[in-house]
Amino acid sequence: MAELTAVLATTHHPFYLKATTAPPEERMPQADEWKSKVEAYRETLTAANPDILVMIGSDHFHQFFHDNYPTFLIGKQPIYDATYYNEEREFGIPKYTLQGHEEFSGFMLQGLLDRGFDFSVSHELKLDHSIICPIITTRPEADLPVVPIYTNIFAPPLPSPKRFWDLGRAIRSIIDEWPSDLKVAAVGSGHLSLELGGPRQFRETGPDPEFDRNAIEWLSTGNIDAILENVTHESMAGSGNATHGFMDLILMMGIAGPIEADYVDNLDLFHTMEMYMTWYPKGRGAN
Amino acid sequence: MSKYYVNKFLYQVDRDPELLARYKSEPKALIEFWEKEYGQWLGATGNSVEKTSWLEFTDKERKALENHDYVTLFEIGAHFFLCLTIYIAIYNDDYMEKYGPLSFQREYAAKLAHWEGKDYPSVQI
Repeated sequence: MAELTAVLATTHHPFYLKATTAPPEERMPQADEWKSKVEAYRETLTAANPDILVMIGSDHFHQFFHDNYPTFLIGKQPIYDATYYNEEREFGIPKYTLQGHEEFSGFMLQGLLDRGFDFSVSHELKLDHSIICPIITTRPEADLPVVPIYTNIFAPPLPSPKRFWDLGRAIRSIIDEWPSDLKVAAVGSGHLSLELGGPRQFRETGPDPEFDRNAIEWLSTGNIDAILENVTHESMAGSGNATHGFMDLILMMGIAGPIEADYVDNLDLFHTMEMYMTWYPKGRGAN
Repeated sequence: MSKYYVNKFLYQVDRDPELLARYKSEPKALIEFWEKEYGQWLGATGNSVEKTSWLEFTDKERKALENHDYVTLFEIGAHFFLCLTIYIAIYNDDYMEKYGPLSFQREYAAKLAHWEGKDYPSVQI
């Protein structure tokens, strides 16, 4: 059976690459600290020695729109293009081509359907920065095949926080059942408190630092009960109008299970708190 | 009210450099062009065979789009990500040059300050 060697849950900050490669005169004061934290985090994936990545993200109105926005979707392709024109324009993120893994995508899709998650599937999916930002931060070689899974944290009505947790648990059981010798890592990105296009955007910190601290505590201790008691769509909106991306981090904890994280770091940036978290399901050093 | 149609406009214009440039320089004409060449066609990805017969802007929506009026768009529940992205594309470089980094984003926030602490208009359609 396949072996799940690491689960990574991270915020995705689309300006990371631009901020850390800017010429010295344009470099933000925290750029070096940011880069060194990201490179330390990257080591947690490298150490897990994965052969394939299950990647969780959300389309930000790049390929999908309100005419047909999927709640949950998986890609099943040999190759994925990535990065849209308007992401290059705004964030300076380059284009990528990632290898896919059609067999594992198919196995995952069937496993999800069997477990009551009626996924959409795309055979012409182009990935956006929710997948490419974590590639840039955790696997910049972009050399591993991926199985991309998209969730709707963006175009309400949204699935519940509990549904994201349950989906994570389902993905975990499918990885565990996949008849393969490959080592799998799951890498997903989302947000802590975040405001976009509202009165609390682009401040010195994220819109709700208290939520950010609680969220990191809940995730890092595997405390799904506290999350489900405290986090609702309404409470997330109260923390910032784009905070619902936190549900993808709940999903990642669902893949790991209700266990303590092995690596936890964060960085308080203007506009948002960054979070870098890794679980080793078989224990630290097992890889 | 058609939040959907407003969002469709923002979505299609933001992803097309030519439409975006015209929306910056001649918004009224671009909106009319978009309605004819994009808005009335089914879906959001450039279909040119099947039509949608019933979608249209209200006067308030049209005026808000013509004026790049992101406060009104916020208040009618246009999607926050689409609004922010398209008006950053239109204004960020000019503001950056005149007033420094993030000046446009901070002015945008300040113009919406009266919404802080309240429930925002829903972006749900």
